[in-house]
Amino acid sequence: MIATFIEWLLIASVRFLVRAQPRWQGSADNSTQRIYVANHSSHLDVVLLFATLPAPLRRRTRPVAAAEYWTKGPVRRYLIHSIFRGVLVGRESTRLNPLEPVACALRQGDSLIFFPEGTRGPGGILQLLKPGIFHLARWFPDIDIIPAWIDNSYRILPKGFAIPVPLLCSITFGAPLRWKEGQRQDEFLAEVREALQALRPK
Amino acid sequence: MKIEVYWILGSLLAAVSLASLIGYVLKRRQPANPSIDNLNARIRSWWVLILLGGGALLAGRIAIILLFAFISFLALREFVTQTPVRPADHSALFICFFLALPVQYVLVGVGWYGLFSIFIPVYCFLALAVAAALFTDTERFLERTAATQWGLILCVYCISHIPALMTLHIPDSPLLMVFVVLIAQVSDILQYVWGKLIGRHPLVPTLSPKKTVEGLVGGVLSATVFGALLWRITPFTIWQAGGMAFLIAILGFLGGLVMSAIKRDRGIKDWSQLIEGHGGMLDRMDSLCFSAPVFFHLTRYFFSQP
Repeated sequence: MIATFIEWLLIASVRFLVRAQPRWQGSADNSTQRIYVANHSSHLDVVLLFATLPAPLRRRTRPVAAAEYWTKGPVRRYLIHSIFRGVLVGRESTRLNPLEPVACALRQGDSLIFFPEGTRGPGGILQLLKPGIFHLARWFPDIDIIPAWIDNSYRILPKGFAIPVPLLCSITFGAPLRWKEGQRQDEFLAEVREALQALRPK
Repeated sequence: MKIEVYWILGSLLAAVSLASLIGYVLKRRQPANPSIDNLNARIRSWWVLILLGGGALLAGRIAIILLFAFISFLALREFVTQTPVRPADHSALFICFFLALPVQYVLVGVGWYGLFSIFIPVYCFLALAVAAALFTDTERFLERTAATQWGLILCVYCISHIPALMTLHIPDSPLLMVFVVLIAQVSDILQYVWGKLIGRHPLVPTLSPKKTVEGLVGGVLSATVFGALLWRITPFTIWQAGGMAFLIAILGFLGGLVMSAIKRDRGIKDWSQLIEGHGGMLDRMDSLCFSAPVFFHLTRYFFSQP
């Protein structure tokens, strides 16, 4: 009840301040299971992508987020667990397979928001992709991977600032990708990277 | 409120109703014509704009000030999004959105003219430059600082002169807002219509290929006549009303030209896709950004009673 209200309030204020406009180019806004892979340059990216997705899609989508950041302090913990229902992964995980919680969520049928760069970049440009998305694509070859370019988030809330400013943000969703049998890691990562870069507005 | 307000709002609603009807008939005749779809989108947006503006006018002073504060917010957001601001400008943008904009409209609300007229051009102008300099990112410094300063002047300072007309010591001063907004918008539409009908000679082909000499002359002259006919809602005589309308139309045209130059420079056609068929809020407001402050000062200087 309270969580529903906070979620509504959060999404309404994000849409009011930055408009968070989805542009579907090559994929449709239907709620089949998928992995959204997006560029990452601001802590707001999770919130922005979450607020941009239409409600039926959002309900089954969970962001994959860094445990170090989101478990600090009661507010962040509440947001990531109760509002975003995030899948937390540790960068310095002691597990044998740090992606196990992510795979588990996919087996449950959840859609995911995944930042293949692993960490926030300087904004406007894409860094090298970590191999994580390759492993997920290989383990789940039947789930569509939807590239999503988040525009402007590094200007809305740059690294090192606490308060966002209202600039227009749009998120462009591209055509679905899948891992093809026999595709090597570097080939696949290059394909994802190119697909993301192609979505960047001129 | 004078009875004329209801006449004007009534005629506007009748005009968009007629336009909707014409749009509907055109659509029935040629279902697959994209320019008719664009026309209908524009008419739908006019409904929203007229209902919002008319509603605020009837609701009173606070509603009007809030409406224009919101318009300034939308315009500034479009402007800043399209300029080359960087993370180092974050504090400057914070000042623009969360300090300068609300304070300027509070000054309109309390009617403190002395501070209203210099708060942004003096204090914010300097503060923005300092805020940007403190971050020691010197790349394109002048260009970036100019962008935030321009954005604040155009989208907040200039637009706030429209509701500020209510603070003038003139009977029925809200009608002055109706006058300037109506003339600026009607002049934009008439320039477009005259240009479509008899436009031959391009005026500034490198800037705005659609603007023609015929459109400008026809639009400005017919907007002048329209303004003269509205003299009863103003403190002006019929000749003065025509003169003011002429000035608003000319300044509106020049404002559109300057904003086109900025859009060209940034490589965009419209400021955003906020208003269906029209582009962004700033595309609708660009003429008023230039005409409203001049209209305000002339009216204040010559017609406001102490």
